[in-house]
Amino acid sequence: MSIRPPARSLFRPKVAPDQSVLAENKELIESIERRGFLKGTLSLGALTFLSGCNISDRDAVQSFLRTISAFNDRIQSLLFDPNKLAPTYSVSQVVKPPRFNAYYDIERVMPIDPRGWQLGLAGLIQDKRPWSLEQIYGFPEQEEIIKHICVEGWEYIGQWSGPNLKQFLTKIGADLSAKYVVFHCNDNYTECIDMPSALHPQTILATKYAGEPITDPYGFPLRLRTAVKIGFKNAKWIRAIEVTNTHVETFWEKQGFNWFSGI
Amino acid sequence: MVAITETRAAKPPRRMHPLLLRIMHWINAISMILMVMSGWKIYNDEVIFGFLHFPDELTLGVWAQHALQWHFFVMWILVLNGLCYLAYGIFTGRFRRMLLPIRIREIIHEMVAALTFRLKHTDLTHYNAVQKLLYVGVILLIILQVITGIAIWKPVQFSGLVSLMGGFQAARLLHFIGMAAIVLFFLVHVSLALLVPKTILAMLTGGPRIAPPSRHTDENVGTNP
Repeated sequence: MSIRPPARSLFRPKVAPDQSVLAENKELIESIERRGFLKGTLSLGALTFLSGCNISDRDAVQSFLRTISAFNDRIQSLLFDPNKLAPTYSVSQVVKPPRFNAYYDIERVMPIDPRGWQLGLAGLIQDKRPWSLEQIYGFPEQEEIIKHICVEGWEYIGQWSGPNLKQFLTKIGADLSAKYVVFHCNDNYTECIDMPSALHPQTILATKYAGEPITDPYGFPLRLRTAVKIGFKNAKWIRAIEVTNTHVETFWEKQGFNWFSGI
Repeated sequence: MVAITETRAAKPPRRMHPLLLRIMHWINAISMILMVMSGWKIYNDEVIFGFLHFPDELTLGVWAQHALQWHFFVMWILVLNGLCYLAYGIFTGRFRRMLLPIRIREIIHEMVAALTFRLKHTDLTHYNAVQKLLYVGVILLIILQVITGIAIWKPVQFSGLVSLMGGFQAARLLHFIGMAAIVLFFLVHVSLALLVPKTILAMLTGGPRIAPPSRHTDENVGTNP
């Protein structure tokens, strides 16, 4: 039996480099190896650190708590009464200006230029033509003086007006039997609410606060204002609305906050 | 209390704290502690009293959202266990037997005795008036705490409940006060239990066996066959 020599690789250089390169670059080669070794031990060390509490925190415990949070979503949608109206207040109780909150400070708000601004429409909608600000201002306005309740525990009374979301969704021919309405925002914020909450009579696309166009920090030119959700669900600086049956993971949901967050 | 003289029944008389009750007691204790610890983290995000922040070492959850996850998980255990406990206490007659009646005169008398270290604690199976008051009090407190919690959780769905409490911030404050009262009970309860360690042992192993039922008292509700 003859043993065939291995086939010569196509990529093998015809002229092999001189062995002297090894000697010339000895220092470099050794340092690369040393670096690799150091890196290896470091990540091993990092792993032992993780096993202390963070692995359980991030993985097993966290996934369990999120399962419970998803269960609580279902309970909350059962508790939700689509006809139950939130208390409303008088003009004299309105706080001016509203309270600012975002995942960054007010100084870092990027104002939207209304020239050329359009509201994009996507998903299960018949008429997906984008809406200009003038068109939105021309839509019948609904005003509501309601409480904004933050997940942190603070609250204030605000006076918001703009198109009723149900009327708007009907107008654009959205599939009202779809599961979710998603709001894509200018600051890469994504919010997603259940359809019954979107169709609640106190859910509007707000363009005004206390009778004046909403100012930049509070969501100019268009934001969501619903009386049946915790504060952070009220997306600001909306650039597109999507109607879908696929759950879209929202900004705060990714951080571990409850998705439904109904009040 | 009458000593056990004869037991014709095959089963020995049941213990002061039956196993089911002990399990419910400890589930309640653990879930209450977890609720308070996660609650403190949630509170820290928007304090009611500027001077009061709870130290991170005593709170549960890395960030507020994790504390919220814990709070809204443990609430189920607390409520379901609590409902079982209430049903047990009512239907076995334990509440009536152990916690009632509470007489004001006895409370004053035993309070004075306790403060002058003359309160006798010979019979574990019989609660004195101060104990009865504290136990009934903490049961009512936890029920109220669940109700104020529901008001804060769903202030629109239960807007009537919130306005009954005087608004959302008032409901928050009541939830805080309820927590403070439960923590106060916890401190008193644990210190008194540590002073009389056999009470802790009783809640772990069941404690002394209860005398056979007497025809003249209503102690036979749900005890021996």
